[in-house]
Amino acid sequence: MVLKVYGPHFASPKRALVTLIEKGVAFETIPVDLMKGEHKQPSYLALQPFGTVPAVVDGDYKIFESRAVMRYVAEKYRSQGPDLLGKTVEDRGQVEQWLDVEATTYHPPLLNLTLHIMFASVMGFPSDEKLIKESEEKLAGVLDVYEAHLSKSKYLAGDFVSLADLAHLPFTDYLVGPIGKAYMIKDRKHVSAWWDDISSRPAWKETVAKYSFPA
Amino acid sequence: MVVKVYGQIKAANPQRVLLCFLEKDIEFEVIHVDLDKLEQKKPQHLLRQPFGQVPAIEDGYLKLFESRAIARYYATKYADQGTDLLGKTLEERAIVDQWVEVENNYFYAVALPLVMNVVFKPKSGKPCDVALVEELKVKFDKVLDVYENRLATNRYLGGDEFTLADLSHMPGMRYIMNETSLSGLVTSRENLNRWWNEISARPAWKKLMELAAY
Repeated sequence: MVLKVYGPHFASPKRALVTLIEKGVAFETIPVDLMKGEHKQPSYLALQPFGTVPAVVDGDYKIFESRAVMRYVAEKYRSQGPDLLGKTVEDRGQVEQWLDVEATTYHPPLLNLTLHIMFASVMGFPSDEKLIKESEEKLAGVLDVYEAHLSKSKYLAGDFVSLADLAHLPFTDYLVGPIGKAYMIKDRKHVSAWWDDISSRPAWKETVAKYSFPA
Repeated sequence: MVVKVYGQIKAANPQRVLLCFLEKDIEFEVIHVDLDKLEQKKPQHLLRQPFGQVPAIEDGYLKLFESRAIARYYATKYADQGTDLLGKTLEERAIVDQWVEVENNYFYAVALPLVMNVVFKPKSGKPCDVALVEELKVKFDKVLDVYENRLATNRYLGGDEFTLADLSHMPGMRYIMNETSLSGLVTSRENLNRWWNEISARPAWKKLMELAAY
């Protein structure tokens, strides 16, 4: 039975999708209609009790939280495709460090920008201009740290691409696209080079080509 | 060689690391970073943690930050020593990862602004955002319902055994239970209450509480 990923058109599930494609793992996707409230239905809540995407079903095994799915896939299929966890325990420590930075420090302000710029009208809440300004400032501070780090390191965890880099793809894609703040990336020389590198990987191009929201 | 932990014993994020070390009998030394004086934002600390936060660790040549990443690293490196915090099979470990992610994305995401407004702002003479606190309480209630359900059929968040999934919650839970008036949200839920009572009775937690000397 093939691994299934629920909610492929949204950003968080793309962390899982790009990892699966990088590792050459066969999978199916099952759309979840958030507009129709499908994520609040009992049948979906049985897979993801917080009612968010993604959820993943691998035979009898269920797992949610996109970064946990990334780790599971990278570990299970360690011997095929690029080693996204690094070679040593110490390498892995650096991967985990930057994967956590993405979750705790990079993602929160970027999520605010995503919700308030891209989705406020669709989701029916007023766009908070003050929050947008504060979130952009916060994210700029974080990107300054990334700029300094990436001037000394080709990828976040070292000289190899890892889960830490891939985790940034979906929402940064929003940042340089529909959020309209590509300058935040492009104005930073090393961040820009890193972004060009990871976003031109075939696995990401395939993810975007196949699973972007229908226009 | 003794691991150096830069941070404050009373602060939540460093406690994740200290608790991991106590559970696994790993020797450590806490090097105090004075958060009240914003020492974490000063150049010397920024060399260890470029985002200006605690904890950061130094273990010989190894440097790491992000408390959950540090805990994962040591839980992996010392898998055979002390409490096994990871789970045995790939599938078990991934479920542990899942709940550590949940802790950051759902529990901490709500508990942090709650504690900031209810505990820390009053201490520094700033006004508490009352409207936000009410919003957050509603969110927190819904999140705790999911936990209550999970713990109805599982002794611990990862399954049958205590793991990083439970440990990761403990520093934040302490704030909720001991320093806010929100402990009722936990004690009123049978399984959550059972879980908290059980994990906060662990010797490593008690040792941490002794060291923190609240």
